[in-house]
Amino acid sequence: MISVQGVSHKYMFDEVISDISFDVQKGEVVSLVGPSGCGKTTLLSMCAGILNPSKGKLINGFEKTSMVFQEDRLLPWRKAWQNIALGLKAMGIGQKKQKNIVEKIAKRLRLSTEDLEKYPDALSGGMRQRVAIGRALATKPDLLLLDEPFSALDVGLRRELQDLVMEQISERNLTAIFITHDLLEAVRVSSRILVLKPEPGEIVREIKLNTPFINRHDSFVYEQVGAFLEEPIVREAFRLDQGHYS
Amino acid sequence: MSHVKSILNYIWSGWGAISSLLLLMAFWEFGNSLYGSFILPTPLESFSALWVELENENGWSFVWITTQRAILGFLLSIAIGSTLGVMAGLSMTTARAARPIVTFLLGVPPISWIVLALLWFGMGGMAPVFTVLVTTLPLTFASAVQGTRTLDHRFLDMSKVYKVPLSMKIWDFYLPHILSYLFPAWINALGMAWKITIMAELLASNDGIGAGMALARVNLETATAMGWILATVLLLLAFEYLCLEPLKRHLESWRQENVIMGIK
Repeated sequence: MISVQGVSHKYMFDEVISDISFDVQKGEVVSLVGPSGCGKTTLLSMCAGILNPSKGKLINGFEKTSMVFQEDRLLPWRKAWQNIALGLKAMGIGQKKQKNIVEKIAKRLRLSTEDLEKYPDALSGGMRQRVAIGRALATKPDLLLLDEPFSALDVGLRRELQDLVMEQISERNLTAIFITHDLLEAVRVSSRILVLKPEPGEIVREIKLNTPFINRHDSFVYEQVGAFLEEPIVREAFRLDQGHYS
Repeated sequence: MSHVKSILNYIWSGWGAISSLLLLMAFWEFGNSLYGSFILPTPLESFSALWVELENENGWSFVWITTQRAILGFLLSIAIGSTLGVMAGLSMTTARAARPIVTFLLGVPPISWIVLALLWFGMGGMAPVFTVLVTTLPLTFASAVQGTRTLDHRFLDMSKVYKVPLSMKIWDFYLPHILSYLFPAWINALGMAWKITIMAELLASNDGIGAGMALARVNLETATAMGWILATVLLLLAFEYLCLEPLKRHLESWRQENVIMGIK
């Protein structure tokens, strides 16, 4: 499991997150939701080991952590398959075996053999994000970190890739921490939702969802989101009552 | 198949260059009709003067000596400059500290290096090679620093997540990015290398193209001087388009793809 204990973080003098604690157990899909500036990405960067907290402790008990970023972060000078194989190469796996693993993953992600030979610039946004997801899955992680990986995609593509990732998560029995500012997305995919408020980022509400994923139809999702948005604490976190329309 | 096609394409793209060069020759010929052969010999006269020089026992050896000096100075410069530049670029402090020094060195005129080289090494081959090295070094060094400093930190964050080892970080992350900064600097340095070698030879050597030009000046042979200029330019073009440019195309094929497909 991963355990975040009283973590705070400052960039220069600005406190971005303040005294955050939560645990994620094996097999859980936890969503962090909140408006921009609530420190979601900072928190996830800490889980990924990119950033060290200024205060508090973070214990990552998982063996292998992978991350899909908001932008694809593919190396433009490497072909799609080489990008997928990046983590494998870092592990010291030979090229022949890399290719084998990449081929299997590409099939699941519906990437064609021609696509694999292309450079990222020659691929569409959706294809590039598939390659990025492939790169994250190739190393067989047990913890998957997702930082708004679908936010740049259109609605249809977004749903397709969501389903694809969810399929992989349940198939491989992965643990996942998922950042989004979209409550609909969070309700569709998570077993637990943590709502953060901004300036500084703090957890203000924890929501458990026990409904199995196959039963989460659109009407269920809309209903749930509607109910959450009625809660004053959630409204405050998203600053719904301070907008121009209220 | 695609290789053959791209080579043919590359050669075919040379027609445009050839036609504008022929236009230049026409202007040159026109200049000759205005000022006469002593001031501006015709292209044909210049070429035949060069041919006469090459027929001499020293001719080809002069070309070969100059080539060796320019290429040796250039290779030393890109090896030392690029390595030191990457090392300096990896740390913010050294990158900052190097900047004023580079600016200072770029400000020193090549001719004053030749004077120093003459005093230090005397007449002969060392002076041109040294001068090429010191004048092009700031250029290759600065571009390597620049390239290393500008790699997107988001790629480096990503490399941390996947626990990319240092050797792979250099090979897969830094090098391809840095090369796109290095190549223009290398081509620049190569051009400078020829010019500076010849300048140094003219003042500090008894052999090489520069020495040939010094002799032409003494004998007031304008056509021979023009012939040597032609030889230099041809050498420069040959190295740039037969060595560096194909290498660049190969290493930066990921960028070429966009041009071919017309994206961006």
